[in-house]
Amino acid sequence: MPWLCRDCLRMGEESPGPAACACLSRRVLRHAELFALTVAHVDCDAFFASVEKRDRPELLTRPVVVGGGRRGVVAAACYVARTRGVRSAMPMFKALRLCPDAVVIRPDMAKYAAAARQVRGLMERLTPLVQPLSIDEALLDLGGTAALHRAPPAAVLARFAQEVEREVGVTVSIGLAPNRLLAKIAAERDKPRGFAVIGRAEAASLLAGEPVTLLPGVGPALARKLEAAGFTRLGQLAALDAREAARRFGEDGPVLAARARGEDDRPVTPARETRSISAETTFEADLSDMAALEAPLWRMCEKLSRRLAEKGFAAAGVVLKLKTAGFALRTRHVRLPSPTLLPETLFEAARPLLAKEADGTRFRLIGIGAQPLAPAAEADRGDLADSEAPRRAARWRAMEALRARFGEGVVMRGRGLRE
Amino acid sequence: MRITVERAILFRALAHVQSVVERRNTIPILANVLIAAQEGALHLTATDMEIAMVEEVPGVRVDRPGRCTAPAATLYEIVRKLPEGATIQFDQAGGDAPLALRAGRFQTSLAVLPVEDFPSMTEGKLPHRFSLPAAQLRDLVDRTRFAISTEETRYYLNGIYLHATESEGTPVLRAVATDGHRLARVEQPLPEGAAGMPGVIIPRKTVNELRKLAEETQDEVTIRLSDTKIRFEVGTVQLTSKLIDGTFPEYERVIPRGNDKVLRVSKKAFADAVGRVAAISSERSRPVKLSLDRNHLLLSAASPDQGQAQEELDQEVVQYEASPIEIGFQARYLNDITDLVEEQVEFRFADGSAPTVVTDVAKPEALYVLMPMRV
Repeated sequence: MPWLCRDCLRMGEESPGPAACACLSRRVLRHAELFALTVAHVDCDAFFASVEKRDRPELLTRPVVVGGGRRGVVAAACYVARTRGVRSAMPMFKALRLCPDAVVIRPDMAKYAAAARQVRGLMERLTPLVQPLSIDEALLDLGGTAALHRAPPAAVLARFAQEVEREVGVTVSIGLAPNRLLAKIAAERDKPRGFAVIGRAEAASLLAGEPVTLLPGVGPALARKLEAAGFTRLGQLAALDAREAARRFGEDGPVLAARARGEDDRPVTPARETRSISAETTFEADLSDMAALEAPLWRMCEKLSRRLAEKGFAAAGVVLKLKTAGFALRTRHVRLPSPTLLPETLFEAARPLLAKEADGTRFRLIGIGAQPLAPAAEADRGDLADSEAPRRAARWRAMEALRARFGEGVVMRGRGLRE
Repeated sequence: MRITVERAILFRALAHVQSVVERRNTIPILANVLIAAQEGALHLTATDMEIAMVEEVPGVRVDRPGRCTAPAATLYEIVRKLPEGATIQFDQAGGDAPLALRAGRFQTSLAVLPVEDFPSMTEGKLPHRFSLPAAQLRDLVDRTRFAISTEETRYYLNGIYLHATESEGTPVLRAVATDGHRLARVEQPLPEGAAGMPGVIIPRKTVNELRKLAEETQDEVTIRLSDTKIRFEVGTVQLTSKLIDGTFPEYERVIPRGNDKVLRVSKKAFADAVGRVAAISSERSRPVKLSLDRNHLLLSAASPDQGQAQEELDQEVVQYEASPIEIGFQARYLNDITDLVEEQVEFRFADGSAPTVVTDVAKPEALYVLMPMRV
């Protein structure tokens, strides 16, 4: 059976491979398809926390949690903190209750972005087909690179993991598989500093016993729907043929069944398409009345407008996001009559959505997103019912130009004035 | 309450009022119809809190006056299924006693809800009053309602804007609707009494109910209104509706004045060609391109997966003297307008990207504006 040592990078075809490598490392991969698989999912381990530990080695054995103040959420928890039950996206107060001695560090996004760029740079030396999924995750397709690297993808990836540790100072976990779905699932299976392989041969049998929620995209709502129909394990879904799957679960049914069999023909596409752009803020203290909520909504609309402009997009629809004091998430969507970049138009669209939700419920967070996106060139052209839009857009651009030149506070809408 | 009424008369009245009742309702009383019998008169009322429809039912024998509410949909179903020519008797002892309905050997008893809970929409003064022949009212509605917007963000576009104004020095009653992509503007000579009326936006649902009622009569329709409500009296029916509380855009500004490239084309030839050419298109908006040259119009459409189609119209049906242009429109938007044109349709273009004015050569009182699309 093909084998590869992740430490000294020796490899071989003879079967069975040695129990430990000649270099005495036990980190030896063995898999029948090891040298044939080309799609990898790479995930940095506890990325923000790892970057902090790299810069402050005295914290190496301490539980480190990166996140904002008491009211914020955990952006990343190191593996020491994770042993105490701390998880990403957990509210900070809860994390501190589980782990009172945690070292809390405010996120330094610029620093993480720099580290992420370094990791990305190393990836791009392996293949042009790098698809970033988030700041610390990416998909790589190494198909056809074996001749260039004079090594199969598995060996190239093992060397890459060593390079990241040496040059960036953080560890990565790698999933290697025949497709994106299985690569992602593999990457989850061996963490941190892991390398897991799922081959074509065992994919279906390996997934069969897993819960349906293992599939990316199967959230609590879909899981409930599936369970109500009697489907709790992937094996049950995998058994459905396309027609039956469509009949039971609609147009997405056949894809769901294929995924449950470990089939996924989505290509790895570099430069992920931006699907939505948003801005959100957590309040210092919970807010419930409309007037109080409008102020942060307005500021988020201004922020979103700027982000859209920076990225060359306009909003063709608006998503209002609210989180209640009890952490229930509410999102409301409205389609815009025509795409916009203007904060006041975003605000006017979001305000009625907010008014419906502001029923006395206490909220801790408000956000606004642009979805779907449209090209910026199509924004604010006006129509028969709104011939003023181009002038409003010109006014906003003039204000932005003034702010860029003379500073943020030089001109603003009266609505943005704080008491 | 005890009354006796012919099935046919009651059926017609119920058909009117129950169409206002929303099928899905969170407030139970809104699913009910208010039945009010006084000496010599029966009134049926249904409402969804936005619209109230009150029908006076003639030819009813009232033995004992009274009022109650009963489920509108159920009552309508029952009356619909009773044999023609049946005589129906209602009997209700008052309070929350059930409503007994008898017709021949059939009898039923329906649960009622308290009359006091039934919302009244018909109160309040309506200081402005005028009347219009039903045919004129139909014309105002038919030539504008296709352009009413359904988008939720600009709620003030979800109706017909009715107002008194002047058109080249003549006082007119004008109806306007727009969804941003097209605009329809129709006017009639200002009826007596309408001069001081405020501009009002009549919601789409009210427009549709009104159109159904106006279909059945040739009489005058009396219109009463205030800033917030409007009432249409059509025969024995009174339709009262809230108005959309908003400001209609200043539409005059978007109606181009200087478009000088004039195309006149036979409506039938044009509409048929648009229909045929657009059939190739797989996009929802079905864009059709108009390429104009002297007395010559080429309509074309293309679809990346299905191919392309074109049709030529020449001087037999086309009059065009201006410089050549190319311009694109959604097929449906063209058809919505040509459907209203009798023989000759006139387009006035500025260029390929500016709003275009469309009129019926024989009916200059109706004007449409269309935004082009890129093709």
